[in-house]
Formats: sequence, structure tokens, C-alpha cells
Amino acid sequence: MSDYNFAYLDEQTKRMIRRAILKGLAIPGYQVPFASREMPMPYGWGTGGVQVSAAALTPDDTLKVIDQGADDTTNAVSIRKFFERTAGVATTEETEKASIIQTRHRIPEATLREDQIIVYQVPIPEPLRFLEPRETETRKMHALEEYGLMHVKLYEDISQHGSIATSYAYPVKVEGRYVMDPSPIPKFDNPKMEMAAIQLFGAGREQRIYAVPPYTKVVSLDFEDYPFEATKADHACDLCAAEDSYLDEVIMDDAGGRMFVCSDTDYCRARREAGHVGRLGSDAPLTTGPEAA
Amino acid sequence: MQSLLQVNNIQKMYGHRIGCTDVSFDLYPGEVMGIVGESGSGKSTLLNCLAGHLEPDAGEVIFDTRDRGPVDTVTMSEPERRMLSRTDWAFVHQHARDGLRMSVSAGGNIGERLMAVGDRHYGQIRDRAVDWLDRVEIEESRVDDRPTAFSGGMQQRLQIARNLVTGPRLVFMDEPTGGLDVSVQARLLDLLRGLVREMGLSAIIVTHDLAVVRLLADRLMVMKSGHVVETGLTDQVLDDPQHAYTQLLVSSVLQV
Amino acid sequence: MTASHTPMIDIQNVCKSFTLHNQGSATIPVMEGATLSVSPGECVGLVGASGAGKSTLMRLIYGNYLAASGHILIGGLDVAQAEPREILELRRKTLGYVSQFLRVVPRVSTLDVVAEPLLSVGTPVEKARDRAASLLAQLNIPERLWSLSPTTFSGGEQQRVNIARGFAYDYPAMLLDEPTASLDAQNRATVLGLIETAKARGAAIIGIFHDESAREQVCDRFIDVSAFSPKVAA
Repeated sequence: MSDYNFAYLDEQTKRMIRRAILKGLAIPGYQVPFASREMPMPYGWGTGGVQVSAAALTPDDTLKVIDQGADDTTNAVSIRKFFERTAGVATTEETEKASIIQTRHRIPEATLREDQIIVYQVPIPEPLRFLEPRETETRKMHALEEYGLMHVKLYEDISQHGSIATSYAYPVKVEGRYVMDPSPIPKFDNPKMEMAAIQLFGAGREQRIYAVPPYTKVVSLDFEDYPFEATKADHACDLCAAEDSYLDEVIMDDAGGRMFVCSDTDYCRARREAGHVGRLGSDAPLTTGPEAA
Repeated sequence: MQSLLQVNNIQKMYGHRIGCTDVSFDLYPGEVMGIVGESGSGKSTLLNCLAGHLEPDAGEVIFDTRDRGPVDTVTMSEPERRMLSRTDWAFVHQHARDGLRMSVSAGGNIGERLMAVGDRHYGQIRDRAVDWLDRVEIEESRVDDRPTAFSGGMQQRLQIARNLVTGPRLVFMDEPTGGLDVSVQARLLDLLRGLVREMGLSAIIVTHDLAVVRLLADRLMVMKSGHVVETGLTDQVLDDPQHAYTQLLVSSVLQV
Repeated sequence: MTASHTPMIDIQNVCKSFTLHNQGSATIPVMEGATLSVSPGECVGLVGASGAGKSTLMRLIYGNYLAASGHILIGGLDVAQAEPREILELRRKTLGYVSQFLRVVPRVSTLDVVAEPLLSVGTPVEKARDRAASLLAQLNIPERLWSLSPTTFSGGEQQRVNIARGFAYDYPAMLLDEPTASLDAQNRATVLGLIETAKARGAAIIGIFHDESAREQVCDRFIDVSAFSPKVAA
């Protein structure tokens, strides 16, 4: 037991955040303002996600934290340790065993279940922000469903790159109503957002919470003649030979050597344990990610 | 004939100072009305009240909508008014950068209104953008350039294309040729005149340039200190001005 | 020809004065009790000394000057009291005016300047341009000039462009201000021919001609506008 209140935040704050979460679930994709607290970590480290997780955690939960798919990078390790100390909850690296998964920029490869919650860390919750700097105006645009501007961004992509070059934070329309920023996940993950688990999004610096309830329709915006495509590197994982997972490219040396590995470290590990071997699988170390490379 | 716009007793005060007061007129389909007056005469205030950018303190601005017939746009719901300003209305600003998205390509600028009303076919949107560039005499090869790379005259023509692409019925223009050099002005005026005739547009043009209204406007409204002092057929007001202020205005134009 | 008895142009008791507000509010009366009528197919010449008010009367009829009182009925519309849009409609479809000066948007080609009256009543572009081309040819404007703006033309050429423009559309009523002035014999004959044709199709015409033989050739009768000069108050 620690000297902290359970999950660091005081009970009133957690209540306030839960109310925001419930409102977000009731209006899928709508950005609910909330009184974001100072957390013992800098903005940009996932303060929004941490507050949402703190409000959602119960002592019986098992927490998993990933950063770009990896369980063992600095951000993921610190947040996991933060909750181990302040909430005393069990933690895991296995997607299957987690009841709450806090993530930065990825959705795990394993299909999520109804008894799971995934919490996204969001840097900039407003999908219209880069085209329209005024908050008063973007709120009005959401209220009146004026989303033409979102397509202007995609139009610009095609006119400049020949295809929709937006590859992460790809805007989606939720349940036919609100256009939402799915946080900077790769667009490869967009189709997974129609899932059984509850999806919560927290933006600490911007003080916004939004949510997607289970089995909600999430459509990636596109043009009739340039339909949405969930793309990934055209390779198999060099460690576990998976062809259906999102890959990170790792530079090996100064001579152009490189390898592609699953960004979801838990998925990759499970496959290797099951006997799958990729191109470089036999002599590669069992941990991956930036530290390993 | 049903008037397209019916303005009744519009008033806008800035504290105790009069912005404009007691302005009434009817605008019919295909008519171009000029509003002239010196700086501070209330003409821009009036234009902004008519276009829904400013809320008048009193009066009605009744527009003949496509689906519901005549509706007062002052009391109309905001979504409806915003929809109007994206479809049946257009607003050409004096400074092109107020009316353009400077960080978006020419094609994207023109396409925005189309996408705002639901067009979702890239190829078709782009074709229409190119067609409109041609109509405002900008080369097709500039379609992916940003307006920051355009000259002042080109920016203004791009702004016009961006506004007219959805086939509006009423165009508000605030000094559309202001700040352009005269050769560019002439080209723009010629272009506007052609578009007004081809598309059967109605327009309200605010300017202090009497040469502009003589060429573009069918009718004229002369404003001074927030009041309308004279209205009438453009050439009649300019050639046979009745009010002292109009006579002063007309006689003050430098001859070339 | 359908010479009806109802006049096309009917002017009753028109008065006009100018008030110069910025010059001590001086009021200058220029016309009083002007009355005349013109039937379809008829051409009436205005005569009178220079400054007697011939051009002023023309401008009053065209709605360019605002009449102080009286009625100016053109095809049933009272120009003295009509709304601007009614006058514009009248100018598009009923009343043509060939003034002495050409006023056009710079940069517009001569062919389009001439075709414009037809375009404004909805004539298809090709047809309007054909008609314009035929008029310009009749008036001896060289074809190489058609694509240029008339603003750079000589005075005589500008005048002929102006006449072509004025005759492009078949107006039921026409005002002609010195249409033959400073034209050579050949072009003068062409213009008089255009006037004869217009009369023959039933146009009611009021004209100012300084050229006496032209006047005699096309006018059916004359009206001396000196009769409408304001009487000097005793």
C-alpha cells in the first residue's frame, strides 16, 4: 500500500473525469472539456491518458501500457511504474490479460474484447485545428456538422502527393456524426476502431476527453475515387514472419542495412514463442524496439 | 417579379455613433447595386449587416431562399445562415487574403465550397476547380500553387472563383478592385461583368470608386454619415445627381 | 409595317431644372412643358439652336436625367416615375440610344462590345457575334480590328462602333444623337440605310441631325425644342 490516494488523483477529480468520460460515451466523438490536473510528468508524456486511466482503474484491474506498440520503452515503463506505485494494481505486457490498456500511438494487434478498455493519449484532439486556428470556429463547425474543410486537407494531400499521404492521425467520422482525431495512430489501425472494447481518449494539455463506445461505426474519411487504404510497410516481420502486423523499420548499420519488426512487441513475442521465425529471427535478440536496435 | 433581397429599415449603432440607419431597398434577380460613399459613411457596415457578418440592431434582411421562399436572414437560425453563405451567397473581400486560405492550393480553395456541400469525388472537384481557374483567366498549371505565390490581381480572381463555384445567386463585394493597379482593375471588372451576365447574378458592390460602379452597377445608393442620401439608376445618379453630397462626390472625381 | 395610332413615345409637359447645391444652391431651369409623341415607324428630328436642349431632352427620355415633372411614356412605361429596374428593362428590350460617345469596359473586344446588347437579351453568343460582325462589316470597320478594344480607335471608328452597337438589337424605340456627324459619304449612306430599315420594321425614332440633307432624307417631321425653353421670369 502506498501513501497516495488510489491512482494518484483525489476522488473528486476522478469523479469529474468520470462524468466527462460518460458524457463522451453518450456523444461518441464529441470532445468534452474537462479540468485537466497537473500531473507529476510533463505535458506530452501522456498526462491526458494517465488521468483517464486513473479515473477508470479499479483495484482489481490489470494494466498494460504501450508506447508505439512497445511495452518496454521509456514512456510505457514510466507510466506503468507510476500506476504500480500509486494504485498498486497488477500490470502485464500481455494484451490478452489486460483489462485496461493505455496506449500512445498504436492499437494492439490482438483483437480487443468487451471486458477491456483502451485509453489513448492525445496530443491535439481537434482534427480541424491545422486548417482553422480559432477554437470558437471549430466548435461551431462541429456543432453544425460543417466538415468540408476536413476534405480540403485530403484534397491537398492528393494534389501534392498523388494519393492521400496522411498516414497517421487519419480523421474519422464517428457514428455518422462527429469528425474525430483518432490520436496519432497509424491509419493501418483505423479499421480496428470498430471494436468490442471501450475506447477513451484523453488530451491533458488541451483539456479534452472523448470516447467511442463498443461496436460504434467509425469511418475513415476519403474520396469516392481515392478510397481509404489501411497501409503498412510491404514486408513480413523479420523476427516473427507475421505479414498482418504493423511494422517498424529499424536501421541496422551505416551501410543501409535495415530490418522490419512488429511494432506490437507483445504480439511479436507471442508469435516467436509459438515457433514462428522471420528472416533474421534466429540470431536476433528477444527484445526489440529502440533500445534493442 | 419577386425580389431576391428585401431590406427594411436596417440600423446598426456603435454605441451612440451611427453605423448605418434607416436603410431600405429591394434587389431583384440579376440586378447589380452599387453602394458608394466616402470612408466612414457606413457602406461597409451596411454590407456586413446584409451579409450576416454583423447583427443589425433593427430591421429585416429578407432573402428569397430556394426552398422556403422569403425568409428574414437576421432572425434565421445560424446554421441556416451559414449554409446560405456557403451556397446561395458569396462574399468577395477587398483583401484577397481575408477570403482565401493562404496555406491551401488554388484548387483546394476553389474546391472547399464544393466539399462543404458534400462533393466527395476528387476528380470531379479538381475538374471544376480547373474549369473555374480558366474562367477567371488563371492558367491550369497553377492549380496546385498556393495563393501566396500569386499576384494581387490573381489572388482576387481566385477569390472570385472560390466564391462563385457553387453558383450563388447573390454576391456581396467589398471594394473588389481596391488596392489593384488600374490595368488589373479593368480586367477584373470585365471578368465580373461577364460572370454577372452569364450566371444571372445579383450583386451588391461597395466601393468608393465611381468608375467601378458606372461599369458594373445598374443601380446606385449614395451614403453619407450612415444615411442613404440618394438612390437611382447608376448613370442618372452620376450624370444628374440630386443631393448636395452626391454632386460634391461626382464633381470631385479627377478627370484623366 | 404596322403603323399603329398609339404613339410609341409620348412625352407630356416635361420640365427639368438643375439645382447646384454646391454653388449657392442656384437653380437653373432648362426645360418647360416639353410635349411630343412619336408613332411606330416614324422618325422625328429635333431641331433648335445649340444649347436649346436637344440633348437634354434625349437624356430625359432615356432616363439619364431625372425629370422634375411631367410624363415620359415609352411603350406604356413612364420613365419619369419608373423604378430603376423598369428603366433597365426598357433599355434592354425597348429603347435604344446611340450617343455621341462610346463608353466601354477597357479590354473588351470590339466584336463583343457590339454584340453585348444582343447578349443581354439572351441571344446565343454565336448568333450575336454573327450579327455584330455583319454590322461592323457594313460600317467598314476592318476585320483585323474586331478583336481589339475600341478604346484605342480613332474618333470616327469609335463612332461607327457605337452605331453598330446601337443597331445590333432591333429596338422598338430609338434615340439617335448625331449618328452621321463626321462620317464619310459611304458610311453616312450606310447609317441612313440602317435608320430606314429600322423605320420600316416599325421603330419609333427621335434623332438629332446637324447634317441637313440626312435630316431631310430620314425624318418625317421636325420639332423645334426652343419652344420648350423656360420663359424668362418677368
